[in-house]
Amino acid sequence: MNTIKELKKSFLIALWFMFLTFPIMVIKVNTVEQTIDWRWNRLAMVGIFSFFASWIWRYLLQRKEMGQKRAEESETPTLTFQQRVLQNPKFTRPALVVICIFAAIFPFYFSMYQVNIMTTALIYVILGLGLNIVVGLAGLLDLGYVAFYAVGAYSYALLNVHFGMGFWACLPIGAGLAMLFGIVLGFPVLRLRGDYLAIVTLGFGEIIRLILENWNEFSFGPSGIANIPRPGFFGIKMSIHQSLIYIYFIMVAMVIFTIFVVRRLQDSRIGRAWIALREDEVACQATGIDKTKTKLSAFALGATWAGMGGVVFAAKTTFINPASFTIWESIMILCIVVLGGMGSIVGVIFGAGILILLPEYLRAFSEYRMLMFAAALVLMMVFRPHGIISAVRRTYQFEGSPEKKASS
Amino acid sequence: MDYFLELFLGGLTRGSIYALIALGYTMVYGIIELINFAHGEIYMIGAFTALIVISVLTMLGWNQLAILAIATLAAIVWSSAYGFTAEKVAYKPLRGAPRLSPLISAIGVSLFLQNYVLLAQTSDFLPFPNLIPDFKFLEPYEGIVRSTEIVIYVVTAAVLVILTVLIKFTKLGKAMRATAQDRDMAMLVGVNVDRVISFTFIVGSATAALGGVLIASHIGQINFYIGFIAGIKAFVAAVLGGIGSMPGAVLGSLVLGWTESFFTGYISSDYEDVFAFLFLVLILIFRPSGILGRANTDKV
Amino acid sequence: MESVLDIKQLTMDFGGLRALDHIDLDVKAGEIAALIGPNGAGKTTFFNCVTGIYKPTEGDMFICPPGKKRERINGLKPNQVTEKGMARTFQNIRLFQNMTVLENVMMGRHCRMRAGIPGAILRNRATREEEQRVVEESYAILKKIGLAEFVNEFAKNLPYGAQRRLEIARAMATEPFLLLLDEPAAGMNNQETKELDELILRIRSEEKISILLIEHDMKLVMSLSDRIFVMDYGRKIAQGTPEEIKNNPAVIKAYLGEDIDA
Ligand SMILES: Nc1ncnc2c1ncn2[C@@H]1O[C@H](COP(=O)(O)OP(=O)(O)OP(=O)(O)O)[C@@H](O)[C@H]1O
Ligand SMILES: [Mg+2]
Repeated sequence: MNTIKELKKSFLIALWFMFLTFPIMVIKVNTVEQTIDWRWNRLAMVGIFSFFASWIWRYLLQRKEMGQKRAEESETPTLTFQQRVLQNPKFTRPALVVICIFAAIFPFYFSMYQVNIMTTALIYVILGLGLNIVVGLAGLLDLGYVAFYAVGAYSYALLNVHFGMGFWACLPIGAGLAMLFGIVLGFPVLRLRGDYLAIVTLGFGEIIRLILENWNEFSFGPSGIANIPRPGFFGIKMSIHQSLIYIYFIMVAMVIFTIFVVRRLQDSRIGRAWIALREDEVACQATGIDKTKTKLSAFALGATWAGMGGVVFAAKTTFINPASFTIWESIMILCIVVLGGMGSIVGVIFGAGILILLPEYLRAFSEYRMLMFAAALVLMMVFRPHGIISAVRRTYQFEGSPEKKASS
Repeated sequence: MDYFLELFLGGLTRGSIYALIALGYTMVYGIIELINFAHGEIYMIGAFTALIVISVLTMLGWNQLAILAIATLAAIVWSSAYGFTAEKVAYKPLRGAPRLSPLISAIGVSLFLQNYVLLAQTSDFLPFPNLIPDFKFLEPYEGIVRSTEIVIYVVTAAVLVILTVLIKFTKLGKAMRATAQDRDMAMLVGVNVDRVISFTFIVGSATAALGGVLIASHIGQINFYIGFIAGIKAFVAAVLGGIGSMPGAVLGSLVLGWTESFFTGYISSDYEDVFAFLFLVLILIFRPSGILGRANTDKV
Repeated sequence: MESVLDIKQLTMDFGGLRALDHIDLDVKAGEIAALIGPNGAGKTTFFNCVTGIYKPTEGDMFICPPGKKRERINGLKPNQVTEKGMARTFQNIRLFQNMTVLENVMMGRHCRMRAGIPGAILRNRATREEEQRVVEESYAILKKIGLAEFVNEFAKNLPYGAQRRLEIARAMATEPFLLLLDEPAAGMNNQETKELDELILRIRSEEKISILLIEHDMKLVMSLSDRIFVMDYGRKIAQGTPEEIKNNPAVIKAYLGEDIDA
């Protein structure tokens, strides 16, 4: 490698970034005291950081290009180490057992605070898995996903306020209403091209939030709805602690249920159609797949899961207001899907873990969390578009199959 | 009648401001078919840079007009630099990737720039001084139109004219049009596509920076979040006019500005933003090619 | 002989450009017909109109599947056209790159399957059986087309010639009565072209599928086709048997250009 040239390149890039960030990073004006704070040390930091970062950047780009070439040349699809591990039952079975045991005993060994965080993470897991159907499988960029989450949450809250309905009755209703919304909103917009769809769904998401904020008679406006009851268990009275554990287990059950459903959908006629749609819309239609129907089914199913998540969210926090359903929530869920791995169930769970739990435990960095997620979005797209854990297509077993194996 | 005039001029101001941002959207979309989500943030950065320069120079006791000129220039320079860098870092490596990838990357850039400004500066609203002097000849119309607004109209019109000339008559403009029509073909006939794309980002960002300074002067305060809603609305305007078309972007912006202004003035101000979004949804559903855009059949 | 495809006065305008100008064309049952013409003549546009991807400006399109009633297909969506029994391939290969070869073919079966979302989740007996049947049928198609060795490869990892054949396999999986092939031999070497020639003949004789193909390889066209249609600048300039076309002065002129005017 031509080190001198690389050095010079990195040096110039560092200079460029120092120039770029100069006004905003260095100068801080205190308008009240009429003083200027010159933060020169930051300039040095930017310089040093971008010097090394640009080096790594170029190295990674090069590696990616080489990887692509290698993939093109080789005949057999090369499974990465991580994919091999995840597909190997010798590893996955014990891992699953450990995870199950951990999930079962977790609330009894950790504090209420921890249980609460874990429940939140689990809610995001099902939101992520739901959005994964829409974005990861069907390739529809939905930036208004949170709207359906809001529909679920408000369904429970309002039905409870007005009719005194309980959690278990509202869970299917909330999911159903969200699905209905998904169909009603999806029908007109799903004809649109991908990028327009993103903006329109974003628009819908904001419309729903703004309506919730402004239509006081209906939604109680910005002040929201408080005292939403936690889920009941055959009318038995529970302490807060007990009901938090109860919600935790409800969420665990829902996550298992979701994984079960998503896995089956993925490997079905409909799931294949979603993926085909993501791959090539025109070819898909020419192959006899009804584009609108297929998209709508993905959209509606995604919405259903958001609705379920919403109901649980309302029950868990016992208080909701429109501020919980901003566009950033949608983007957060999108981050989970994209970072974890579009189309991959394990990836999404992993993504939810990183995005929800990490900031909780690394409080020191919590200030920088959005900044880092944002950077991660870009880096992921550039270097690892399939996410941390990439989806593996299933192979089928059949009579005369060339690699027929005992397990399926 | 006075109220009508007030709303009309208010709408014109809004529209002109949207136009300055929408032009960048439309140019970038025309060239690389990317909805540059981060465009609103470029505009916000322009406003912040200007504010920082203004504050420093004011403390040094400079002349107001000189400050204004330098601040505007600084906003343009840095916004362009950010736009240029964002393209190089986050979009260029993704050419040829699936359509979703650059879009998600753009969302990342948008989020990054917001949080970057939030952390490096502040989350508070900062007052933005209005340095545009009061014009003498406007005195009889006091209460109806402010000098800032006149400047906004004039600048928007001038920008539109300059950009049109640039694209119609210069060599670079020709290269831009060629790239917009068919990138591979342009590359074959020797257009430096990378340079054209960079240039488009720079021009779009510079325009947004102008918008940033003017809007901040008009409204009187800024924070790290102003780019988001403004960006979305400008995007609505660009789509309304027919994305890819520059006169369309301005027309769309004016239409959006006026409808918003009259809607909030005569009907209700609670649902102002709902209205803009509803507008967007309706256009995209019923006339996705916009007012001035042509309905194209995608080539298969 | 009954025409399985009957196109009358088909016209397509793109803005000011008339890509198709009142084209009449028909394909008879069991026939291999070819559509030829210089680059930009409008051949692919013709396919796109017939398969519902473009909306033609003017003209009528009819199909008559063997044993069924004649019907007009104007305004049908592409997937409906495919369901009716017309399948196509694309000039610029459009496979589902990140799906396996087998899955690509299974996609073709999609419109002949019934399982819905409840079936997918519950995985009841009918769904399981249907799925298994489709897997096996798809594999059978792959064997027939000669792609069996690649079943579990990603489509994107196939060699070029195999990708073209996979497109044919996917189209065949939709159980068509008419196959529209857009430059199936493009980019193939001599050996591959010869195999393709045999494959197309076999598809016709064994599967009773009629074929309309666009092709630039004249040797292939002449050896395969029963009838040939020639287009230039959006107009049909000739039609007839290979012999007739070979000796048609208008065709020679279109191919050799005006300047060599005899
Ligand atoms: N969607 C579209 N929009 C505008 N013009 C189009 C579109 N599709 C095709 N055309 C134009 O129509 C004409 C015919 O194109 P077409 O692709 O049908 O040619 P072809 O006969 O298939 O040529 P080739 O042999 O190169 O494939 C060309 O001039 C092309 O540019
Ligand atoms: Mg063609």
